[in-house]
Amino acid sequence: MFVSYKWLQDYIDLTGVSASELAEKITKSGIEVEGVEILNEGIKGVVVGHVLEREQHPNADKLNKCLVDIGAEEPVQIICGAPNVDKGQKVAVATVGAKLPGNFKIKKAKLRGEESNGMICSLQELGMEGKIVPKEYVEGIFVFPADAEVGTNALALLNRDDEVLELGLTPNRSDCLSMLGVAYEVAAILGREVKLPETSLEPSNEKASDYVKVVVEAREDNPLYVAKIIKNVKIAPSPLWMQTRLMSAGIRPHNNVVDITNYILLEYGQPLHAFDYDRLGSKEILVRRAQDGEKFTTLDDVERTLTSDHLVITNGTEPVALAGVMGGANSEVTEDTTTVLLEAAYFNGQTVRKASKDHGLRSEASARFEKGVDPNRVRIAGERAAYLMAKYAGGKVLEGAAEVDTLTVEPAVVSITLEKINRVLGTELEMSQVKEIFDRLQFEASVDGNTITVTAPTRRGDIRIEEDLVEEVARLFGYDNIPMTLPVGSSTPGKLSAYQKKRRIVRQYLEGAGLYQAVTYSLTSEDKAAQYALEKREAIRLAMPMSEDRSVLRLSILPQLLEVVKYNSARQNDSLAVYETGNVFLANGADALPDEKEHMAAAITGLWTNHSWQGEKKPVDFFVLKGILEGLFAKLGITEKVDYVQAQVDGLHPGRTAEIKLNGSVIGFIGQVHPSVQKDLDLKDTYVFELSLKAILEEETEDLHYVAIPRFPSITRDIALVANKETVSGALKNIILEAGAPLLKEAQVFDLYEGDKMEEGKKSIAFSLKYADPERTLTDEEVTKVHEKVLSALEEKSGAVLRG
Amino acid sequence: MQERLKELQAEAIQKVEQSASLKELNDIRVAYLGKKGPITEVLRGMGKLSAEERPVMGALANEVREAIAVKIEAKQADLEEAAVQAKLASETIDVTLPGRPVKVGNHHPLTKIIEEIEDLFIGMGYEVAEGPEVEQDYYNFEALNLPKGHPARDMQDSFYITEEILLRTHTSPVQARTMEKHEGKGPIKIICPGKVYRRDNDDATHSHQFMQIEGLVVGENIRMSDLKGTLEVFAKKMFGEDREIRLRPSFFPFTEPSVEMDISCKMCGGHGCNVCKQTGWIEILGAGMVHPNVLEMAGYDSKKYNGFAFGMGPERIAMLKYGIDDIRHFYTNDVRFLKQFAVEE
Repeated sequence: MFVSYKWLQDYIDLTGVSASELAEKITKSGIEVEGVEILNEGIKGVVVGHVLEREQHPNADKLNKCLVDIGAEEPVQIICGAPNVDKGQKVAVATVGAKLPGNFKIKKAKLRGEESNGMICSLQELGMEGKIVPKEYVEGIFVFPADAEVGTNALALLNRDDEVLELGLTPNRSDCLSMLGVAYEVAAILGREVKLPETSLEPSNEKASDYVKVVVEAREDNPLYVAKIIKNVKIAPSPLWMQTRLMSAGIRPHNNVVDITNYILLEYGQPLHAFDYDRLGSKEILVRRAQDGEKFTTLDDVERTLTSDHLVITNGTEPVALAGVMGGANSEVTEDTTTVLLEAAYFNGQTVRKASKDHGLRSEASARFEKGVDPNRVRIAGERAAYLMAKYAGGKVLEGAAEVDTLTVEPAVVSITLEKINRVLGTELEMSQVKEIFDRLQFEASVDGNTITVTAPTRRGDIRIEEDLVEEVARLFGYDNIPMTLPVGSSTPGKLSAYQKKRRIVRQYLEGAGLYQAVTYSLTSEDKAAQYALEKREAIRLAMPMSEDRSVLRLSILPQLLEVVKYNSARQNDSLAVYETGNVFLANGADALPDEKEHMAAAITGLWTNHSWQGEKKPVDFFVLKGILEGLFAKLGITEKVDYVQAQVDGLHPGRTAEIKLNGSVIGFIGQVHPSVQKDLDLKDTYVFELSLKAILEEETEDLHYVAIPRFPSITRDIALVANKETVSGALKNIILEAGAPLLKEAQVFDLYEGDKMEEGKKSIAFSLKYADPERTLTDEEVTKVHEKVLSALEEKSGAVLRG
Repeated sequence: MQERLKELQAEAIQKVEQSASLKELNDIRVAYLGKKGPITEVLRGMGKLSAEERPVMGALANEVREAIAVKIEAKQADLEEAAVQAKLASETIDVTLPGRPVKVGNHHPLTKIIEEIEDLFIGMGYEVAEGPEVEQDYYNFEALNLPKGHPARDMQDSFYITEEILLRTHTSPVQARTMEKHEGKGPIKIICPGKVYRRDNDDATHSHQFMQIEGLVVGENIRMSDLKGTLEVFAKKMFGEDREIRLRPSFFPFTEPSVEMDISCKMCGGHGCNVCKQTGWIEILGAGMVHPNVLEMAGYDSKKYNGFAFGMGPERIAMLKYGIDDIRHFYTNDVRFLKQFAVEE
């Protein structure tokens, strides 16, 4: 809502309160003033001029040579390019030395050999937007009414010596979608009186009800319809002050009748519609729901197909308006209109919303109906419009109105105790202070002991419950004046849950290991959603996606993380290590919420080690990433519960992929991205993992117990084995540990050879075995005995023998 | 004989002084002090001396030996020291060369902001509550006093999956769920961080996915002044002690009275600039006293209990705090962006 500071003074005395001070006060008491526009900022030296002569420029087809009286001693010659400039017009002249928006200075000039002493201005050149300029002046200069006084300040005449407050209204304050509503608000803030506009009408001996009958079929949609008849109107431009006020509010002037309906919309917040009575083709107004498929041409000349959701105003048979949204071309006011049927009605907000949305027709009018107009202002707004039509369109207003009124208006009556107000706010207000606030708001309020009972006016439909009263008190008392305290009462221990704590540990660990945290989108494309999914379920699709790329919820994180790697690789960051933790979404059927599982994924690519001046460079490989995971599992105390099993996963290298098992169940995978995928994404060798973070964080970490540091030395024996190539080290290790227990404490691979010195199908693998007893020093014989057992177990179970 | 000894002493000392290496010095030691050396030789001729002269000469010979030995020792120490110095000098490195880099990543800036806020509120007795990102219409809207048909519930603004299920548009449903779980009893003190989704086209200031942190306190004597005090603590810790805060009345369906909080603009110190749109203030969060309908729907007696709630956007906070100009940076994950947030303030 744009509020003209000058216009507002019609309703309230603003002496001593500047526009910017007013803006600050309004903001602090609840309606945010988003900006204050000074309309004549950067403009000076523009006066009303009288075009005394106009002739074609001798050297230019499109220019006019004008002699203009600007109230100076002598008229001046001005060259003007506007097509509509003509002798006899009163125009806005930027005189020599004037300043126009954009720091544009007017100087004496010669245009094609002819002297020009100033500029005749269009409204756009004076800083107004083309869309609010009256249509006839969009392509040319603005012409003042003939009575404009030559030499006076043209900007003042255009009401540009004004400031406009832009209110950012929240949905509950639609009462301030009107100048009067704002006046009541300002009155409450400043503690001043509201002056209501003039509405008194000359009596008439003709009755409106003799001209038209109103029937409302859809009473829920339209509980109140008032039709007034104004005869003998003469369509003409509206007075300049009205046009300029409309323009300051962002509305383009048309003609007196239409401008008056718009003026009332701004003044009262009540949308009105003017029909050409003679074009209605009947003496009846019938309000009903449209029929499915019914056609209707709105006054923007678009034929619209209606449904039974839409409410129409008809002449008994044909629609003449889409209720609350837009009138029809068939009944629009034209230059020839002499009798106006003025509609003032209360339409149901939801009905109007449906129609304005279905037809893409949101307007100042529909917005007000949608938010709910003041039921008690419908009639008075109609009367005020009729008054203005009598005054500025020469009309004769007929007695009374034809109407249907089934609207019941019960003002909200709410009681509250002083104790409750102070308890909620933490204040120590007196009842007299509270009463004074409601008086300023012009809410009827009566005090009975500690209770105040408030009757909220119907313009403030947002006041319904005790808390609404508390808010009114708080905002007018001033949020600044409420004390600052902290909650008291039983204290709560602030803490993270075990899960949340561990998740932080995981993040810190991964970052300490060199990975950057990424955050990507949960919505992805259908084909990406299922890639690398740990659990294959149908992806959840949005009902109305904005694009195919963001149409389904992800089942895995990795596809997006690979996009991150691709993005960075393409920008010279081709050594990269990133991870993400976040939910994936597993469908549970259409009616149930999906399972949301927190996953963790990582991708590393390029060089892992790059010590440039030492010449040490090492690319990433499987074991770099596996080492990071192993460290994490050790940190979480679940190393013993995790196994890696050679596996095949779609999109990963068939020979370089393992499933990760926790207590025997698959919780994720680790591997190299399949070379063909790498090629598609233009990536170097990239290693990845994705696993269920939920699974590892919910696994209980065992309590820590100290184990005594061995007091006796251990004995180490190294063995080099020849084993079948496909026998994995993990299997050999398990055989060794099992056979060597309990004296064998550790077995570690320290060498692997698969070169051509080995027999076909064989490899050499070396383990370092550590034997120890916590109670004593082992003898050589004891160790040898166990060691022999280990060797024979190896041979027996895997065919691995000592390398000769 | 005496002269010979003196000669030998002078000769040996000269040689010692001239020696340049430990080996040379050792050769001198063997040559002069060894069993086959000239001093021993001289002493062998002592038999020819008288009984009175013999001890005198013996003593002199020992003196000479001693003098040479001392000299050798001193020289040896010098040479050893020189050798050490030479070795150290040869080992000099260029200390300005870069160290062996330790690979370290860091938090995403949004995580950094969220954890900072979490920690701040944990310190004030809050727990961190989380909930589903795919929500029932009921928890996302209805339980928060946004009944069906409410203008704020436009299909155009939310990602619906079915009529009853959607991607949550704020983290407030976590509050509704938490209250329901507490079965009408207090106190509750939680903050709820998480991802939320709205049907916006991605541009410099809009993102279809973003983060939110909301807070909720419910108890028997929760006052608006408590909300004010809590927000003051938050704003000063988060943005600096020198920042002014301003509360403005506002409107949200789930709170009454409602509040918006502004902080004084850091860029211009409150005088007005482009960042604060000439107002000197920057809007930072929305808050209010929990609407009685919300309490009642969650099973609380709104006559007995009340509470306050607040909500804010980590993206916006990060953008203000770090001067980031485009919200899309958070989701592009350009490592040149990510690595700028390594420093722990």
